[in-house]
Amino acid sequence: MYIIVVGAGKVGWNLARELIGKGNEVTLIESDRVRYAVVEEELEHAVHYGDGSELWVLERAGIARADMVIAVTGDDEDNILICQVAREKYGVERVIARCNNPRNLPHFELLGIKPAVSATDLILRLIEHEVPRYGFLHLLDLPQERLEIIEIEVQEGSPAAGRQVQELGLPDGSLVISILRDGTGFVPLADSVIEAGDEVLLVLDTGLEQKIMDRFRPSVEAA
Amino acid sequence: MFVLIVGCGRVGSAIARKMLAAGHEVSCLDEDPEAIALLEIGESETWEDRGGMFTVGTALEIDALIEAGIERADAFVASTDGDNTNLVIAQIAQRRFNIPKVVVRVLDPARAAWYERQGLSTVCPTQKAIEMLEAAVLEGAA
Repeated sequence: MYIIVVGAGKVGWNLARELIGKGNEVTLIESDRVRYAVVEEELEHAVHYGDGSELWVLERAGIARADMVIAVTGDDEDNILICQVAREKYGVERVIARCNNPRNLPHFELLGIKPAVSATDLILRLIEHEVPRYGFLHLLDLPQERLEIIEIEVQEGSPAAGRQVQELGLPDGSLVISILRDGTGFVPLADSVIEAGDEVLLVLDTGLEQKIMDRFRPSVEAA
Repeated sequence: MFVLIVGCGRVGSAIARKMLAAGHEVSCLDEDPEAIALLEIGESETWEDRGGMFTVGTALEIDALIEAGIERADAFVASTDGDNTNLVIAQIAQRRFNIPKVVVRVLDPARAAWYERQGLSTVCPTQKAIEMLEAAVLEGAA
């Protein structure tokens, strides 16, 4: 594959090296003269000096025949623009953008730049998995469909313990799809009783997490 | 008309003052809190006393754009010093906030021309300068 990587920071440089090692043809573009000189010592002609959001720089790098463009500069606007131009002007089929600030992810989505990879977001999610808050786990996100699936561990003292599913007072747009107890799971009925120690799986509309957690979290006074 | 101007430098501030003088409602957004000074040079009243709005924030921050009034803007001017920033926020203004009139300053003629063909209303000062300089050189020449 012929791959153009824009931005020779730590991510871009290491990415280029790995991709070359896997047998791909790679051009790395860097706009900082000093950084370019450093990287050029190792990667030689595979590095180009220039602003990767300038069309002529991309053309000189051979974007017309690129199979993939990866924009990993430290600037989200630049990454969005590079990917947009690569795909829409030059017909590059696969683009990958780095999203530095996870709060900018909606901009990438709005302009159809996907996948957008956010290291901050990935690490946040890992932390969430490793250190579940209040026994809370994000299992699946379907941003396009605006749905997510979460798992909640019902703790001692949780207002949900001892209640039937229908008594939980869950908001519209959420549904208990499964209860895991003593290593087996079952699909609950409206009158199934939730016990402390259960793991409850819910499907919900994006944004309802907080409301649902309020139904499961032991109250502050009790804790 | 309510005009939101993002990037209140030499260009943005000048447009803002003209629009306010012409009786429009004007809001400026800039990441530099000192940029408001450009709106007040030679004026006896402050920008806000004259009815202008000024918000500090970066162009990509949705919260800042909303605080600056993007949801009710009739016109949007992207005039920060970054071409890519301008092109991205202009598209956000157009597609997410459905602002009817979006104008973008793009210094690079190549990007300006391509995005113009994609439906953005771009203004390229560099291209204008090239044309004017060329005309000035040829003026009176045989």
